[in-house]
Amino acid sequence: MKDVGFIVASYVITFGSIGVFVSLIVSRARRVSRQIPPEDRPWT
Amino acid sequence: MTAASVDTNRRERVTGTSFTRGLGAVTLVGIAWLVLFGLVVTPADVNQGESVRIMYAHVPGAWLAYLAFVVTAISSAMYLFRRTRSLVWDRIAGASAEIGVLFMGISLVTGSLWGRLTWGTFWTWDARLTTTAFLFITYVGYLAVRNLGGTHHQRARRSAVLALLAVLEIPLVHFSVELWNSLHQEASVVGNTDVTMDGLMLFTLFLGVIVFTLMYVWMLMHRQRSLTLQDMVDDIGLDVALAARRAEAGSS
Amino acid sequence: MNVSSTFRVARLIAAKDLRVEWRSRVVTNQVLPFAVLVMVLFAFALDSDAVLERVAPGLVWLATIFSVLFLVARTYAVETADGALDALRSAGVDPMGIFLGKTAALAAQLLVLEALLVSAAVILYRADPTPSGTVLLVTTALVATVGLASVGTLYGGLAAGVKGRETLLPLLLLPVVAPVLIGATRATESAFRTNGIAVSEGWPWLGLLAVFAAIFSVVGAVAFGSLIDE
Repeated sequence: MKDVGFIVASYVITFGSIGVFVSLIVSRARRVSRQIPPEDRPWT
Repeated sequence: MTAASVDTNRRERVTGTSFTRGLGAVTLVGIAWLVLFGLVVTPADVNQGESVRIMYAHVPGAWLAYLAFVVTAISSAMYLFRRTRSLVWDRIAGASAEIGVLFMGISLVTGSLWGRLTWGTFWTWDARLTTTAFLFITYVGYLAVRNLGGTHHQRARRSAVLALLAVLEIPLVHFSVELWNSLHQEASVVGNTDVTMDGLMLFTLFLGVIVFTLMYVWMLMHRQRSLTLQDMVDDIGLDVALAARRAEAGSS
Repeated sequence: MNVSSTFRVARLIAAKDLRVEWRSRVVTNQVLPFAVLVMVLFAFALDSDAVLERVAPGLVWLATIFSVLFLVARTYAVETADGALDALRSAGVDPMGIFLGKTAALAAQLLVLEALLVSAAVILYRADPTPSGTVLLVTTALVATVGLASVGTLYGGLAAGVKGRETLLPLLLLPVVAPVLIGATRATESAFRTNGIAVSEGWPWLGLLAVFAAIFSVVGAVAFGSLIDE
């Protein structure tokens, strides 16, 4: 059934892209954080 | 590589705090709940049938995109206003715009899938849809401008002015598309697509909006902190960045 | 910074820009031929006199908007090539004057371009404006040009002197000028009486164009300083 495919696709697209975005945020933060000691971070 | 070993030691606290971790956990539970309710628990709609389930992902996404762009506009204004000028506002604006672009993209795709099921077409040149597409492109451009380089304050001022210009531009685009569209009404492929909401459906929709808003706060905090780190790295200087690049090239 | 000095700066900048363009002939020898070429290529792509007649107004304005990108790039290329814009900034020249001057020069070039494109539409696409249609057409071109020139100068200033500006400018500018494309095309359809639309139906669209021109010329004059000022 076409409807099911579309519905599943829209959920997969939504949460899949959120997942990709979040992992990008986290990995980019990890990469830059290597050069900043933890005590210099304003939120720690 | 020493940098990597230090990194594993403090992996837990890069841009996270106990607050964001708690928020993240609540959001994850909320997403699971939303998917369960959206796909299983809620009934099919009288007019739309099963396709109404796309709404629980689409509407909160669109809401979030607009929320994010409003936050970008407000923080840009805060940056430009002399008494509250701070790069924190600029980074909030940038982080929020990134999230906004993501969710606008998602909701354009889910919206056209939903449209295909309910209207029989992926796209109509309706003012709201067209404005949304323009909003998307405009903020893609905004993000490109943020990456132009220069000093932090150059970036901040340029992008803040651009964000406020977008606030001007969008109503104009909406208004002109509306005028343009009023010429040919035959484009109303939209049939009976009203959703008659019962309590459970309404609840699920609200749940979606709340869950997505929590997710937005989580993303914004992390991304803003990551941008702060990035700015600090830029301030430390070019040689350190070069060393990191070399390390990166060596590790991959 | 008083008003008369702002306008004096504007006049000097506009005269300087037009003189540079007149002497270099880049616009006359490259941009204008490009615009006409686009009109010819549209004819190849659409391949039907009836269709061309129907879409002539839209094509005129589409070709105009594409050419605006080149004109804006050109007007800032002469400024940034030898750091002239930085020199103007550090000399403390009123940015509002720079904006108004560059906008005026750009508008003058655009009007020449539009005249050429409308002639091309009359010759190639059989557009046939009546006297009252011509009045509408000229007014539309004037108002749309003020809007396009302001918005082009504003966003061009933002992209001036940065890496990748050739590709950035269209991304920033094209979404913004959509209202001009819509308004000017509809007004021109009336002027050409495309599909038998009456000339009088075109005038309300000028309202949209006027609002656009007013907003972006005022906002541009105010915001330009903070865009180019570092």
